[in-house]
Amino acid sequence: MRYSAYSIFKQALSGNRLWKPAWREPEPMPHYDVIIVGGGGHGLSTAYYLAKEFGITNVAVIEKGYIGSGNVGRNTTIIRSNYMLEGNNPFYELSLQLWEGLEQDFNYNAMVSQRGVLNLFHSDGQRDAYARRGNGMRMHGVDAELLDREQVQRLAPYLNFDHARFPILGGLMQKRGGTVRHDAVAWGYARGADMRGVDIIQHCEVTGIRRENGVVTGVETTKGFIGCNKLALAAAGNTTTVGRMADLRLPIETHVLQAFVSEGLKPVIDQVITYGAGHFYISQSDKGGLVFGADIDYYSSYAQRGNLATVEHTMQEGVSLIPGLSRAKVLRAWGGVMDMSMDGSPIIDRTSIDNLYLNCGWCYGGFKATPASGFCFAHLIAKNETHHVSRFMRLDRFERGYVLDETGKGAQPNLH
Amino acid sequence: MASLITCPHCGTRPKEEFSIRGAALRRPDPAASDEVWQAYVYVRDNPKGRYQEYWHHAAGCRRWLVVERDNFSHEVFGVVDAGGAAETKSQARAGE
Amino acid sequence: MTSYRLGAPADGSGNGLNRAHPLTFTFDGRSYKGFEGDTLASALLANDQMLMGRSFKYHRPRGPVTAGSSEPNALMTIGTGARGEPNVRATVAELYEGLTAVSQNRWPSLSTDFGAVNGLFGPLLGAGFYYKTFMWPAMFWEKIYEPLIRKAAGLGKLAMQADPDRYEKAWAHCDLLVIGSGPAGLMAALAAGRAGARVIIADEGFQLGGSLLSESVSVGGVSAADFARSTVEELTSLANVTLMPRTTIFGWYDDMVFGAVERVQKHVGTPSPDLPMERLWRIAAKRAILASGAEERPLVFGGNDKPGVMTASAMRTYLNRYSVSAGTKVAVFTNGGSGYRTAADLSASGVTVSAIIDARAQSSDVVPEGVRVIRSGAVVDTKGRLRLDGLIAERSGFQEQIECDALAMAGGWSPVVHLMCQRGAKPVWSDDAQAFMAPDVGAAFIAAGSAAGCDTIAACLKDGAEKGAALCLALGFSSYAANIPEVEGDYDPAFAPLWYVPGAKDKAFVDFQNDVHVSDLGIAQREGFGHIEHTKRYTTAGMATDQGKLGNVNTIGIVAGMRGVSPAEIGTTTFRPFYTPVSFGALAGTSRGEHAAPVRTSPLHDWAKKNGATFVEAGLWHRSAWFAREGEKGWRDSVDREVLNVRHNAGLCDVSTLGKIEIFGTGAAEFLNRVYSNAFLKLPVGKARYGLMLREDGMIFDDGTTSRLAENHYVMTTTTAYAGEVMAHLEFASQTFWPELDVRFVSATDQWAQMSLAGPKARAIMSRVVEDDISDAAFPYLAAKTVTLRGGLKARLFRISFSGELAYELAVPAGYGEAVADAIMEAGRDEGICAYGVEALNVLRVEKGFITHSEIDGRTTADDLGYGKMMGMNKPDFIGKRLSSRFGLTAADRAQLVGLKPIEADKEFKAGAHLLKEGASPSMASDQGWVSSVCHSPTLGHMIGLAMLKSGRERYGEKILVWDGLRGSEVVAEVCSPVFVDPDNRKLQG
Repeated sequence: MRYSAYSIFKQALSGNRLWKPAWREPEPMPHYDVIIVGGGGHGLSTAYYLAKEFGITNVAVIEKGYIGSGNVGRNTTIIRSNYMLEGNNPFYELSLQLWEGLEQDFNYNAMVSQRGVLNLFHSDGQRDAYARRGNGMRMHGVDAELLDREQVQRLAPYLNFDHARFPILGGLMQKRGGTVRHDAVAWGYARGADMRGVDIIQHCEVTGIRRENGVVTGVETTKGFIGCNKLALAAAGNTTTVGRMADLRLPIETHVLQAFVSEGLKPVIDQVITYGAGHFYISQSDKGGLVFGADIDYYSSYAQRGNLATVEHTMQEGVSLIPGLSRAKVLRAWGGVMDMSMDGSPIIDRTSIDNLYLNCGWCYGGFKATPASGFCFAHLIAKNETHHVSRFMRLDRFERGYVLDETGKGAQPNLH
Repeated sequence: MASLITCPHCGTRPKEEFSIRGAALRRPDPAASDEVWQAYVYVRDNPKGRYQEYWHHAAGCRRWLVVERDNFSHEVFGVVDAGGAAETKSQARAGE
Repeated sequence: MTSYRLGAPADGSGNGLNRAHPLTFTFDGRSYKGFEGDTLASALLANDQMLMGRSFKYHRPRGPVTAGSSEPNALMTIGTGARGEPNVRATVAELYEGLTAVSQNRWPSLSTDFGAVNGLFGPLLGAGFYYKTFMWPAMFWEKIYEPLIRKAAGLGKLAMQADPDRYEKAWAHCDLLVIGSGPAGLMAALAAGRAGARVIIADEGFQLGGSLLSESVSVGGVSAADFARSTVEELTSLANVTLMPRTTIFGWYDDMVFGAVERVQKHVGTPSPDLPMERLWRIAAKRAILASGAEERPLVFGGNDKPGVMTASAMRTYLNRYSVSAGTKVAVFTNGGSGYRTAADLSASGVTVSAIIDARAQSSDVVPEGVRVIRSGAVVDTKGRLRLDGLIAERSGFQEQIECDALAMAGGWSPVVHLMCQRGAKPVWSDDAQAFMAPDVGAAFIAAGSAAGCDTIAACLKDGAEKGAALCLALGFSSYAANIPEVEGDYDPAFAPLWYVPGAKDKAFVDFQNDVHVSDLGIAQREGFGHIEHTKRYTTAGMATDQGKLGNVNTIGIVAGMRGVSPAEIGTTTFRPFYTPVSFGALAGTSRGEHAAPVRTSPLHDWAKKNGATFVEAGLWHRSAWFAREGEKGWRDSVDREVLNVRHNAGLCDVSTLGKIEIFGTGAAEFLNRVYSNAFLKLPVGKARYGLMLREDGMIFDDGTTSRLAENHYVMTTTTAYAGEVMAHLEFASQTFWPELDVRFVSATDQWAQMSLAGPKARAIMSRVVEDDISDAAFPYLAAKTVTLRGGLKARLFRISFSGELAYELAVPAGYGEAVADAIMEAGRDEGICAYGVEALNVLRVEKGFITHSEIDGRTTADDLGYGKMMGMNKPDFIGKRLSSRFGLTAADRAQLVGLKPIEADKEFKAGAHLLKEGASPSMASDQGWVSSVCHSPTLGHMIGLAMLKSGRERYGEKILVWDGLRGSEVVAEVCSPVFVDPDNRKLQG
C-alpha cells in the first residue's frame, strides 16, 4: 500500500480498519542468497539497498528482538556530514545526500529536518581546528560556515554569552545537518525492503554460524538452521558476540552511551547545537522534547542503562551552555550499547572468511550513517567490492597503520 | 559497579573519583611478534560478562587498579592493585 | 456550582488542610483562595475550576484524572519570568501564598482553544499518520509542514532565562531506605527505626502518610490520617531516622545507590537565598524497601477524558484529604470495591451519588444507602464539553442517560514497581492480581505493601512492619516486633478486569496526554506494530510526561485482548529513570555559569595582572596572553612589541602552567628511557633534555623537557594541556608495565612558579638575581641545576628555550613567584626587559619552528615533525616502538611539518586553511595538507605559518595555494623550512 494524503483520507472513511501491515511476518525459508544479522537501521537499510539498487531480493534480515530495538531506536537523531578526514567526509556526505532523498525514495516520512548543526568553539585553537574541518568539508563540496560570536548570538540568543566559564567565540555551522525521526528510519527501510521481497524475521536469535570448508553455509537460530550464500553481520553493540561465532577477533569494545529527553516544551531550540568546552549536544524534537546527550559512561558495558554520575555531568554541561534549561525537567534517560572501535571509526569490510561480511564499529555515530552504511555494505555484498567512499573503513587498516582517527585520541576506545 | 568502587587502599569511593582505561591486558614482551603487538593495541576480547578493566583512582591514591566485574549486570567481583596483579601475571609468564 | 469545598468536619479531623491559614493564588490571571495543605489542583477544584489543561494532539479539554504524580492532564506553568516552571503537575504542586499558575497548550484561552479543531480531523490523525504523509512536494516538509507541527507541539513554555535560584547536591548513607510513607512504608520505618537501624524514609508528597491521608478507615482507633501523624511524630523523635518529605526517589542505580531530588523551596513564594531551590541526593543504602503503593487504573470507555472524570481513589483523596467534592452529583463506574468505597465516602459527606455502574454481574460490596447500582453495566458515552454533564450507561443492550457532573472510575490496581525495574528486571504478570507485580531483584531491595500486591491497609501495615524488621535482622540488628494496629472499615478492593468498553462513539483514551485511544492501538496491531515497544513508539502510548504510569497497563491489556493472548505474553515496555521528571537545575547542581569548572591561576597571576596582562582561557587555566601598553591600538601591537623586545633585549614570561612532575628512584633513568622515544639513560646530572613521548600506537602523545637534578631525581615538564594525562600515563606505565622499576612520581605543577627569561640580555639580567656562576662555561645550553638567588632562596634554573633566544627558565616555590618576578623585572629594567604573554610566546615558537598540540594532533609521528632521529630504535623497548614501524606510519606521502611564507609579503592566511597545488581544484583527493599555526612575524615583517604538507620536506621552494574556502581567501605561499629564525641555533648557544 502506497502512503499518501489520499490513502490516509480513504482509510479514515473506513474507520482506519483497512490498513495493511507495514511489513509481513514471514517464517524463515530454508535458504537465502543473503542473510543479514541485525534488524537495526544498518541491517534494514542494507537489505533495502540490496533489493533496490542491486536487485538481490532473496534476502532475510534476522533480528533477535523487534526491528529497530537497538541503537536506531535509542539515539539523539542527529544527521550531519561535518567530518574532517578524507576517509570519513565523503562517506558521511553520501549518507546526508541519501537522507535528503530518503522519504520520497522509500515512501515513508521519517521527518528529515535539515535545521542545521552548529558546533560551538570556545578558544582560538578550537576555532582553528573547526576551520580545518570546515575547509575539508568545503573541499568536498559540503556546506560549512564559520560563524563569529555575534552570528551565533543571533541564531541562539539563549546560549550563555554573559557568564560563561568558557566564552563562546563562534561556531561551525552545517545548515544541511539536522535531525530525523529515528524509529521511522527503521520502519521505512523495513517496509521498503519488505515490499521488494526481503523477509524480515523478528524474534529470531542467531545462536551459531555454520561453516563448511572455510565458508559460511548458514546460521543456527532459535527458529532453526537457515542457509545462505552470503552472511552479513550488522549487529552493532553485539558485534563481538556474533563475530565470535565465526572466530572473528575484532578491534571493538562495547560501551554504554546514555541519552535523554525532556518533557515536551514549546519550540525553544531551532538547531542542533553542540558544546565545545565539554561534550554536550542538544536539539528539540518536533514533538517538543529536548533530545540531548554527552559522554559515554567510560566503562565497558552491555547493559542498556547508565550511571547517575554521567547523568549529572550531562546536565551540568547543558545548564552551563544554556542557563535557561535549569527549570526544564528531564523525562527519561536511556542507554544504548555501542561498538566502540579502536580508532573511533567504523568497519565495512569482508572478513578472512570469503562469504562473511562485516559492518560494525560505529561508536556512537552510527545513526547518521544509516543510509550510506546500508548502501556501501550492500555494494560490498553484491559486488564483492568495497564502495569507494568506504574504502578507508577496512578491517586491515589497524595492522597497516592507516587508522581513521577523527579525534586523534588513539587506540583507547572509550576516548573516541 | 558504576556507582561505587571499593579501592583496596582507600575503601568504597564514588565512581567519579576514578578514570577508566579499558581492558586489563598484559603488555607483550618487547620482542614478541608483530601479530601479538597488533592484537595488544587493537584487538579486544570484549566478552559479555566477566571482564577485567584498568581503573585509575585518579582523585584518590593515584593507584591503578584491576576491577573485575560483570559488564552486563555491573556486579563487581573484586578490585586489586594493578601493580600486584602485574606481578602475579609476570610470575605466571615466567612459569610458562 | 459543580466541584466545591465541603465544610470543616465537626471533629476537626479527617483532612490535611489548615483552614486557619488561607492562601491566595492565581490561575490564568484570576485570583482564587485555598488553604495551607492544598495542592494547586485541590484548590482549583474547591473553586469549581475543573478544566485545567488541554491534551497534546486534539487539544481536548481536560481536568485532573488523578490526585498524584502520575497526572497526565493538569499540567501548568507555575511562577513567572526566570522562575517559571512549565509542566508542573497541579495535583502534586503544594499551594503557597501568591502562587501564579498559567494553563498550557491552548490558544487563545483554556476554554476557547482553536487547536481543538484537530479533533474534527481525528480519523485522519490516527496513529502514525505523520509517517504516511507530508512528503509531497519534498521541500514542503521543512518549509511548511514541519514548522506547523513544531508550533502546535510541545506543552509548556520555557522562559529560557538564567535561573536566579541555586541548587546543591549531597550524599546520604543508611542501613535502610524506605521509599514511600504510606501504611507499609511507615511501619517498615518504624520497625527498623525502633531496632536502631539508620533509616531514611522518603516520600514525594509534602505530607508523610501516603494513602493513609486519603482513606476514611480508622487505624488503631484513630483516623488513618491521625495514625499517620502520630507515627511520623515517633519517627521524628528517633535520632537514627531521617524523614525526607518532598523527596522523590527517581532512580535506582548500581550498588544500591538511589538518586533522589528534594524540593526544598518549591512550595515557597519568596525563596530564601540561603537555601537551595532543590537538592539532589545520592543515597547509598544497605537495604531498601519499595513502599510506593499502587496506581488505580482508569477505565477505558468512550469520552473517558471529560473534565470531571477521574479515578475513584483520586476522588476519595480530594474528598477525604482536601475536603473537596469533585461534583454535586457523582456517578461511579467500577469493576471492583474501590468504586463502592468512593460512593460510600461521598455519600457520607452528603454528596449525591447518582449511580454506581458496576461492570460485574454481582459483588459483595456494601452499597451506600439509597444509591442505585447498575450491575453488568458500562459507561458507553459521556456528555458535556468543558465539564462532564451526564453519561450514557448501557446494560444488556439498553442505554440510559444518567445525570452527573463528575464520574469516578475504578479499573483495578497496578503496583507501582517502576524503580525496581530500572536495572533490567521486568515486572511479572499475575493472573490472580490481574496486574504486573514487582520482580525479584534480590534480597537487598524488596517491595512491601500494595507495591508488593497487598490489597488492604491492614495487610500493608503488617507487610511493612514484617519486612522492615526482617531486613534489620539481616543487617544484624535485633528484631523488633512492631505491634500492628487494628484497622476498622477496610474495604475489599478486589476487581474483575475490564480492559475497555467496546462500541464507543467517542474516543476511548488509554494515554490521556498524548491522546492515544483504543482505535490507535488497533491501527498499530493491523500494521504490524504488535510488539509492545513498537506499539508504544508507533502510537506514542506511554511516551507522555507520566511515562505511561496511568495508561500502560490498560494499553497492554487491550493489546492482549486484540491479539487473544494474556498480558503476560505482551509484557511491559522498559522502565527507565526518571520515576518522575527531574529538573536540569537539580541534576546540574552548583556546576553552572562561571562555576561550570574550576579556574586555575598561576602563582604569577597577580604579577601578570599588575603588569597589565590580558588573560585567556587555556583549558582550566587563565594565562596571561599579552601586556598592553598605553598607545597600543590592539593586541597585535602589544604582541609585536613583546616579540621584538625578546629578540633584541629580553622578556619575562610566566610558564608556570606547564606540567611539572618530580620523578624519584633508582629505576627513574631506565623508566624515562622507556617512556620517551629518545635516549634518556645517559642524561648527566645537571642537564636537561627535550623528550618525545609516544602512545603505544606510535603516534606522538606529548613532549617536554626532563632534567636530572640528582642521580635519582628528575623533574619533567609537560605541555599545559596534557599535564594530567602524562601523570596518569607515567603512573600506569610504572604500576602496570614495570612495577619492578623503583620509581615514584609527584605532580608539582602548582608547587612551583616558573618563568622564562629570554633574549640576548637574559644572562646579564639573570646574573643579577642568581648568586651562582651562570656564564656559558659554567652553565651552558641545557644546563639544569638548583641555584641560590640573591637573598638566599633556593631555586631551580634551566637553560632551555622555547623562543630560540638565549633563555633561562627559573622555578621558585610558588609563594615566592611574584617577588622573584618583580626582582627580575627590576633587575632587567635597564636592559629594557618586558613582560610577554602566551601570544608572543606563540609567535616566538612559530618563528623558530617549535611545535605545540596544534601540530601534535594525535595523528602525527615523530618523523612527520622532522624528529625521526629521536626514535631510539636501537633501544630494546620504549612505548610506541613496535607499532611505529607500520607501513602507514612511515609512508613517504605522509604529511610533514613545513614552513609557509606568502609570496606577496602583505598577504595573510589563517590556521585551518588547507593546501592545494597551484591550479588544482579543491577536492579531498587534491588536498595536500593543512595549516596548523600562523602568526605575523614582526621579526620578518610578514605572515608565516607552520603546516603539515604531504611529503613536505621534499617540497621546500614549491609554490602552494593556501586555500581557505570557508573564509573566502586564497593565498599563494612558498613552502620552506619550519625554522624561520636562527636555523643554526647560534642564539641558543654561547
